[in-house]
Amino acid sequence: MALDKIGIAKRIAQELRDGWYVNLGIGIPTLVANYVPEGLSVEFQSENGVLGMGPFPFDGEEDADLINAGKQTITVKSGAAFFDSATSFAMIRGKHVQLTVLGAMEVSENGDIANWKIPGKMVKGMGGAMDLVASAENIIVAMMHSNKAGESKLLKTCSLPLTGVACVKKIVTELAVLEIKNGSFHLLERAPGVSVEEIVAKTEGALVIPKSVPEMVL
Amino acid sequence: MNKVVPNVGGALKGIKSGMTLMLGGFGLCGIPENAIKELVKMGVRDLTCISNNAGVDDYGLGLLLQGRQIKKMISSYVGENDEFERQMLSGELEVDLIPQGSLAERCRAGGAGIPAFFTPAGFGTEVAEGKEVRMFNNKPHILEHALTADFAIVKAWKGDTEGNLIYKATAMNFNPMMAMAGKITVAEVEELVPAGTLDPNFIHTPGIFVQRIFQGEVFEKRIEQRTVRTR
Repeated sequence: MALDKIGIAKRIAQELRDGWYVNLGIGIPTLVANYVPEGLSVEFQSENGVLGMGPFPFDGEEDADLINAGKQTITVKSGAAFFDSATSFAMIRGKHVQLTVLGAMEVSENGDIANWKIPGKMVKGMGGAMDLVASAENIIVAMMHSNKAGESKLLKTCSLPLTGVACVKKIVTELAVLEIKNGSFHLLERAPGVSVEEIVAKTEGALVIPKSVPEMVL
Repeated sequence: MNKVVPNVGGALKGIKSGMTLMLGGFGLCGIPENAIKELVKMGVRDLTCISNNAGVDDYGLGLLLQGRQIKKMISSYVGENDEFERQMLSGELEVDLIPQGSLAERCRAGGAGIPAFFTPAGFGTEVAEGKEVRMFNNKPHILEHALTADFAIVKAWKGDTEGNLIYKATAMNFNPMMAMAGKITVAEVEELVPAGTLDPNFIHTPGIFVQRIFQGEVFEKRIEQRTVRTR
């Protein structure tokens, strides 16, 4: 069965390593913070200027001055730090953040990503996404395999305006875990009960399939 | 020199139509809300506003958009404002969208006397169009120029009569860099105290960057996405 959003977040959480500083984008990526494997110490950075994000506040304890990059009210853990936007992106550009997880509208087989604009239709802006994808050494995209029209989001080339070129290393969708290398998607794992054929049918870009594709263990 | 002005009207004196303004804040967090309301009252038009976001329809910079007072916005993310999107898609509003880290660094550079810098952000995208590209460490970077403003309007938690500022939590965001990049920098603070009250060890923005300071009258501090957990 295909994963739900929580399943995608749980699978991405397995990629976390002890001591990492991690930036989570808006949407599914935000959920990853809820599933950090036990025993790992991971600090979450939010590009609006906080390191050491904690859970959402209890009702009545929200602070308008304390939000994440998704503009949601948050709390901080002990040992947290606040800083300005230039310092925040120094952390990102300077490769002090070990992992970036973000959503996408399209990803191409060479690792290009598009997630900020649909010409003539939707213009939200790139926010920090272009800085993040241009500098992060380890980028995981969390997204659905197809768009609402049923078209593949894993393409030969992106049709939408790009956010970054040749930068995505890994993708986790409701159907599969894929790696991008040598100009192709490589199928690593499939969601429990999902067939390789379904993944092939829903992937437009070049897809390399190994002899056996294990099911994800969640 | 007395930096303290008694009210927001005095703080914004000299702002004229056609000027370029920087306004601190991320989303609705840490925005100079008293100054924005005053700009609406003043009726200045054709403004170029440099601000990470554009507020929401009825709060923050959205108020200036409602009155068509903004000619051009320089921002990184404008997704929560229907009126903005309408004016942008119809061509009424000129918009320069730039990556958030580049925006922050361009403001910092403007205040720090660095005319331009190279960054990898935006290479290979429409942000890079027309910009010089250079390779450093085998990686392409694009040239981004510094930003400055006729007036920078920032919001701080506490300030003293010397213009020294302390921000609270993530309400800091773009405020420190913009404070550096204004020809005239106006600080709107929640609490204005006599010089000597704030510990010099914990000043975020040294007073040298601030020309005018005032204590805001009302702080609504609206929350954009109230998100809570159950007890």
